[in-house]
Amino acid sequence: MLSFLLRRVLLLIPTFLGVSVVAFGFIRVLPGDPIELLAGERSISPERHAELMARYGFDLPLWDQYLKFLTNLASGDLGTSFVTRRPVLDEFLTLFPATLELGLCAIVFAVAVGLPAGVLAGVKRRSWFDQTLMTVSLTGYSMPIFWLGLLAIMVFSGWLGLTPVSGRISVMYYFDNVTGFMLIDSLLSGQEGAFRSAAAHLILPTVVLGTIPMAVIARQTRSAMLEVLGEDYVRTARAKGLPPARVIGLHALRNALIPVVTTIGLQVGVLLAGAILTETIFSWPGIGKWMVDSISRRDYSVVQGGLLLIAAIVMLVNLTVDLLYGLINPRVRRR
Amino acid sequence: MSASAETTATAETEGAPPRRQALADFWFYFSENRGAVGGLVLVVLLILMAIGADLIAPHDPTQQFRDHLLIPPAWQEGGTWAFPLGTDAVGRDLMSRLIHGARFSLFVGLIVVSISLTVGISLGLMAGYFRGWVEAAIMRVMDVILAFPSLLLALVLVAILGPGLVNAMIAIAVVLQPHFVRLTRAQVLSVAAQDYVTASRTVGAGPLRLMVITILPNCMPPLIVQATLSFSTAILDAAALGFLGLGAQPPTPEWGTMLAEAREFITRAWWVVTFPGLAILVTVLAFNLMGDGLRDALDPKLKRT
Repeated sequence: MLSFLLRRVLLLIPTFLGVSVVAFGFIRVLPGDPIELLAGERSISPERHAELMARYGFDLPLWDQYLKFLTNLASGDLGTSFVTRRPVLDEFLTLFPATLELGLCAIVFAVAVGLPAGVLAGVKRRSWFDQTLMTVSLTGYSMPIFWLGLLAIMVFSGWLGLTPVSGRISVMYYFDNVTGFMLIDSLLSGQEGAFRSAAAHLILPTVVLGTIPMAVIARQTRSAMLEVLGEDYVRTARAKGLPPARVIGLHALRNALIPVVTTIGLQVGVLLAGAILTETIFSWPGIGKWMVDSISRRDYSVVQGGLLLIAAIVMLVNLTVDLLYGLINPRVRRR
Repeated sequence: MSASAETTATAETEGAPPRRQALADFWFYFSENRGAVGGLVLVVLLILMAIGADLIAPHDPTQQFRDHLLIPPAWQEGGTWAFPLGTDAVGRDLMSRLIHGARFSLFVGLIVVSISLTVGISLGLMAGYFRGWVEAAIMRVMDVILAFPSLLLALVLVAILGPGLVNAMIAIAVVLQPHFVRLTRAQVLSVAAQDYVTASRTVGAGPLRLMVITILPNCMPPLIVQATLSFSTAILDAAALGFLGLGAQPPTPEWGTMLAEAREFITRAWWVVTFPGLAILVTVLAFNLMGDGLRDALDPKLKRT
């Protein structure tokens, strides 16, 4: 196990270096130099231009710039936003809990609906439930979620007036940021209605963001169940006269879950990509919207830092999933 | 029905040359899957619609009827059959725009898949055939691309290249091709170990011949499936970029761009929000249905069950 872990972690180093080159290179390959981009329409005097180039270190040779970038990175310095002048890392840490809360709720929703539905469809193969679920899940899988979000707003916020349109909580409520999770903070604040407001704001984005993972998990669980149910040990368990619930729950499901865990882990990248669209539609103040806004504001130092941080998250999650997989499936470790 | 199909399939294939037989086999399994056939029919209809857009569309997609702003669909009160699906905020006929939009979506799918398939197969072949440092270098670069959420990387690439449909296509192709590289490499690794490849090498076939003529054709089935499924990913991503204002630019009747323009009328005109998204969904669904059917028909493991 230890050597498996070590090998897996070592493999991350070249990938992370590659990611850092992409993030570093991004600002440098943009047409025009970064200071001109920063100045935008306003004209800038040559002296000021040189001064700014020196301040941000753009006048050094490329190799030195990259080394400086890496050393800064090692000390947690990801640069400062061109627009707000705040450190990129601080901005990220302020906004990340919003994305994390939304993403966790979405994955909980996706697993809570997709997993049992997939199991049931696998057990009752070719039933009307199976066929309906497969149709629904293929539709969910093909869904342009930005459109789903717009439809949800139109129906539930516009026509029915049930849910708020944007943000994380009604402006009526104000309380200290303790955990960064609105659901928990609103409860801690003890203000009446605050939790309800937070939950109402969360529900549509959760469903929209969770739709694709739910569809994928349902399909994957169904096919994993089908495969496992055909195995000899399931037949043996049945022949021994075990009750069907025990056969399905204990013998089949536990083994079917192995590929499903990987699938769930792989959804994190999908969730982060989906967060870009979901957060934009629902004005959710998380890192997805932050990245889109920074690109349109040409705040390229934020884009650079954000790219690096988001890729790091994806890599860490993938690593965790791999290790988990090695833990539950010993055969992988020996390879 | 399936019994008669089986007899015709066997009757046709007996004594037929192997390629024709393979094709007949393929069609037999593919047509078993009703969803896949439905998807294929939809795709063909979409292609016909895209080709004949100028003939089918009732109006010019960019013509603005200034006296007919935000007219609802024909069956609703205030609607007219001159504009069957209604008009948008500047009086353009929605139906004509949707019909012309099919051109952009299919074009995006075609170009993106062609680029990522060509580049992906070439790199995957080299990685799987040469192994060693070539493989390590190619696969590490692919790992880097895959470390970013695809849409984010596409967004950033478009920020570098500048917004527009062509740049969006390039960006999506870059983001999609690692999947082809990985798939090709995995296939090459298993195919290259087969006896007929060794035999071919023994009689003096060069690397290029081995790669392209001996190995590649035997790697194709999963790649065809992946290509079909990537078609839908490409269409979705291009629409998403259009929606974020970084893909096709107005007044292009691209479906994602149309949705972005429709956002502010969400409470006043349900049709401008509903129909473009529905068009995207139906198109993507059609390709996914077809891809699923292809996988069932081309995967020998599933055939036996």
